[in-house]
Amino acid sequence: MSSWIRGLNSTAERTVDETLSLNANTNPNPNLNPSLFERVDFVLDTSYDISRPSTTFWQDAWRRLKKNKMAMVGLFILTLISLIAIFGPYLVKHTYSDQNLTLANASPSAEYWLGTDNLGRDLLIRIIYGARISLSIGVVASLINLLIGVIYGGISGYCGGRVDSIMMRIVDVMYCIPMLLWVIMLMVVLGPGLINIFIAIGLTDWLRMARIVRGQILSLKEQEYVMAAQLTGANTWRILSLHLIPNSMGPIIITATLAIPGAIFTEAFLSFIGLGVSAPMASWGVLASEGVANLRSYPFQLFFPAAAISITMLCFNFLGDGLRDALDPRMRK
Amino acid sequence: MAERILTVENLKVVFHTYAGMVRGVNDVSFTLDKGEVLGIVGESGCGKSVTASAIMRLIPTPPGEILPGSKILFESQDLATLEEQKMRQIRGNAISMIFQDPMTALNPVLTIGLQLSESIILHQKLSPRAAMEKAIEMLRLVGIPSPEVRVRQYPHQLSGGMRQRVMIAMALSCNPKILFADEPTTALDVTIQAQIIDLMKSLNERLNTSIILISHDLGVVAGLSHRVQVMYAGRIVETAKVHDLYGNPLHPYTWGLMQSIPKVTDGTHRQLQTIGGQPPDLLSPPPGCPFAPRCRFALRICKEELPPLIEINPDHQVRCWLSHELSPVRAVDVFQKEVVNR
Amino acid sequence: MSQPQTLLETKNLTKHFVTKRSFLGEPLATVRAVEGVNLTVEKGKTLGLVGETGCGKTTVGRTIVGLYNPTGGEVLLNGENVHATLAGPSAMTIRRKMQMIFQDPYSSLNPRMTVGDIIREPMEIHHLASQAEMKERVWDLLKQVGLNPEHASRFPHEFSGGQRQRVGIARALAVNPEFILCDEPISALDVSIQAQVVNLLEELQAKLGLTYIFIAHDLSMVKHISQRVAVMYLGSVAEIAPSLHLYDNPLHPYTQALLSAIPIADPKLEKSRKRILLEGDIPSPLNPPSGCKFRTRCRKAFDRCAEEIPVLKEVEPGHQVACHLVG
Ligand SMILES: Nc1ncnc2c1ncn2[C@@H]1O[C@H](COP(=O)(O)OP(=O)(O)OP(=O)(O)O)[C@@H](O)[C@H]1O
Ligand SMILES: Nc1ncnc2c1ncn2[C@@H]1O[C@H](COP(=O)(O)OP(=O)(O)OP(=O)(O)O)[C@@H](O)[C@H]1O
Ligand SMILES: [Mg+2]
Ligand SMILES: [Mg+2]
Repeated sequence: MSSWIRGLNSTAERTVDETLSLNANTNPNPNLNPSLFERVDFVLDTSYDISRPSTTFWQDAWRRLKKNKMAMVGLFILTLISLIAIFGPYLVKHTYSDQNLTLANASPSAEYWLGTDNLGRDLLIRIIYGARISLSIGVVASLINLLIGVIYGGISGYCGGRVDSIMMRIVDVMYCIPMLLWVIMLMVVLGPGLINIFIAIGLTDWLRMARIVRGQILSLKEQEYVMAAQLTGANTWRILSLHLIPNSMGPIIITATLAIPGAIFTEAFLSFIGLGVSAPMASWGVLASEGVANLRSYPFQLFFPAAAISITMLCFNFLGDGLRDALDPRMRK
Repeated sequence: MAERILTVENLKVVFHTYAGMVRGVNDVSFTLDKGEVLGIVGESGCGKSVTASAIMRLIPTPPGEILPGSKILFESQDLATLEEQKMRQIRGNAISMIFQDPMTALNPVLTIGLQLSESIILHQKLSPRAAMEKAIEMLRLVGIPSPEVRVRQYPHQLSGGMRQRVMIAMALSCNPKILFADEPTTALDVTIQAQIIDLMKSLNERLNTSIILISHDLGVVAGLSHRVQVMYAGRIVETAKVHDLYGNPLHPYTWGLMQSIPKVTDGTHRQLQTIGGQPPDLLSPPPGCPFAPRCRFALRICKEELPPLIEINPDHQVRCWLSHELSPVRAVDVFQKEVVNR
Repeated sequence: MSQPQTLLETKNLTKHFVTKRSFLGEPLATVRAVEGVNLTVEKGKTLGLVGETGCGKTTVGRTIVGLYNPTGGEVLLNGENVHATLAGPSAMTIRRKMQMIFQDPYSSLNPRMTVGDIIREPMEIHHLASQAEMKERVWDLLKQVGLNPEHASRFPHEFSGGQRQRVGIARALAVNPEFILCDEPISALDVSIQAQVVNLLEELQAKLGLTYIFIAHDLSMVKHISQRVAVMYLGSVAEIAPSLHLYDNPLHPYTQALLSAIPIADPKLEKSRKRILLEGDIPSPLNPPSGCKFRTRCRKAFDRCAEEIPVLKEVEPGHQVACHLVG
């Protein structure tokens, strides 16, 4: 490596005199010491190549999400609600089915923070239990919808051509029928109950997800890394699960997050019209429905469950919007 | 002596990013004469486009910022601090720009004629009719056949080379004093590139417009420029008249650039000499000379202190310790012995 | 060196894309991307493929490696019909022999996989080694392409364009292929990085005996890396010649124009030399001109060019030209 030093030694080197005379004439910077001009062996130094901290896609997204105040407020409140839903029942001394008819329809007080219902059950604990049910319906239905939508959209987009046309026409047809009608029909067939609500909402809500996934896959499958995998002989399943779907995760998560409030609302609506969970369990929808009956005399019975529904939906929407900004590949530098 | 129309002094542009401050352009000074074509070469990310955008004041702020102390003197005004309103009159009028990708710079839903005449009306206060005539004339000037037909077409109906010609026509329609061409031929095929280079050359000769040509292709720059400036990691490392730069390059980075392109005229197969490694991340550039980590000829001082721009002759300056009088070797000898005859 | 041995051969390779179909599926518009291309590549050698945008270089390459099915003609690898084999039971064995390096260093690596996983994937698909061996081999490959093996756990976006291209090369090498299609592997890179990648490819070729088809629109780089160069125009081959010979003696008017259009990094040469400027643009492959496709931009075109399609004729050993003016 030091060949250039030796190669130049004989002919090109300046004599000491020459250097000194130059030095004497003009040396603008007196601090410059001729010994600094020593020749050194060349070693390629790559330590300045990458100095940015190593961040994964998710770290990067989290950094951007953190900047979004509304989304963070949403995330904070949702975490709080979830924690209350999980641990709340251990902290409140009443249970959701304990009736105390002497204290029926009591207003909020130190004993009953949010008051009681017409059977004298503590409204606070019922709302906390309602949170358990409503949130799990939102999450589970959204997961079912995610599973179906991703697989359906994935296959449709990846296979393309005739398969795609047929699968997408089916989606179009289903889109024409209002979703609530589907759910109500399914509930009537399946009968009420928590599991059936999961199934009914999950089975009807995947159309949007399927469309979004299909669009993503259609554009991603032209990417060269997919071509490289095809060239090596990777099968369809491998390409979908390893290459296409992980790279569609951003839009999938956004869609799934935004589907949760929809599911919660659908459940609330179902409970409201009497197709929801059965007593004494109560979701927020059931509570609101009961509250409506006493709206004139005890408005707080409607107000608290309705507020719970609204705040949760609002928070999920904030979070979903924040995720959209954070995960959108176009926002990435 | 030609009239000097642009003087850039100590231009510094930084970008504030989440990871820290990126010094996109660091202490860049140069001048441009009337009718001169100045080539700026350098690799991706070395600050060529940022230099151009800074002069046009098109740096996105935030995250970008032109640091105080930078001076951009044009017609006795300092563009670095000029109000946005006055700047708007200069931009696209006295100084205009053509971009690398002509498709994104043209509006796809308006006809060529409309877009061209619009900018003419805006800056020259002509009637729509006169502007359209001028547009046709400009298209003819840039060598578009049957311009009367073309003015009624949309950008997607033209080929890449034609679109670039339209961009040039648009940029020239207000008789600018300075034309920035930011990689004007990178997206084009070689035969079309040859046409565009030819066109720019003849326009420069006929209209005497000064051109700042930005490119990473030493060949394109050689054919068109009068003076060339090599940039590396946000700094100018060498600047010289074109013949001087190609005939007597003094910076090891310039040598590396020249040796790493094969010559079509070579009759034999020679291994390419490469520069190892890659340009530094401008977030935390190395102390001393930014090229030192990759430089085969680095001295001890190179890793410790940034070399000043050393003047070889009034037109040739180089930022390298090998050209300093204390250097134990002469850059010319190193080039001849170690680079050319290796 | 022993007798030159043909590794890859295309016979009358043709590929048309139907871009518009009627309601009943009948083709309405057809892009004749590649028409009747005959190429041979010797083992251990590089064939360069140049031409302007849309002349069908990528299509030829992708058809050769089996990403597209040809409309007509065939591709032979060691005398074995590639597309017939791919449809049969021994598809995986032939897949292993042919790999590809892509143009875009950004879209050719899956952004959600680590560099190590990217290189490991082809080995997993072909069940080439145990987990431990694979890890070892990933390290080896990274070293071979000049990357730090410790970077195996990093993600592609943390690397520069040139480094990503090296990762792409390592991925292609993972299955020990005989043939690698390089589709403009350096077009998106900086000059100094281009030279690094080209040197690496040459080095690997010498060490592993690889055979390349190297596609580029930059004739000087193609000439540098290949032994023979094929110049394509609008889906057909205009001229094939030994690369060192091509610059001295280009016979096809298109090759001559292409060569004269290359900017040379030498202002003196640049000033003195004469350019053959081509008028106009490449015609659309949707309805190419009759006869010789180049005639619309050719100064020397005469009546016969519009009537008759010129065929490739051997004018000297190893030098073939498709032009009515020659031979
Ligand atoms: N908006 C921005 N935010 C952050 N950094 C930026 C921004 N724009 C430019 N930079 C940084 O400034 C530096 C110079 O960029 P510039 O675009 O001038 O490069 P260039 O020489 O034009 O390269 P190319 O040949 O790729 O066009 C780069 O390191 C880049 O990372
Ligand atoms: N999948 C496709 N469907 C329809 N037309 C296509 C398809 N792929 C390529 N073509 C067309 O075939 C022709 C040849 O394209 P190809 O990509 O092979 O050109 P190329 O020589 O590689 O060009 P470039 O230099 O731009 O990469 C072009 O006209 C293109 O529009
Ligand atoms: Mg740029
Ligand atoms: Mg291509």
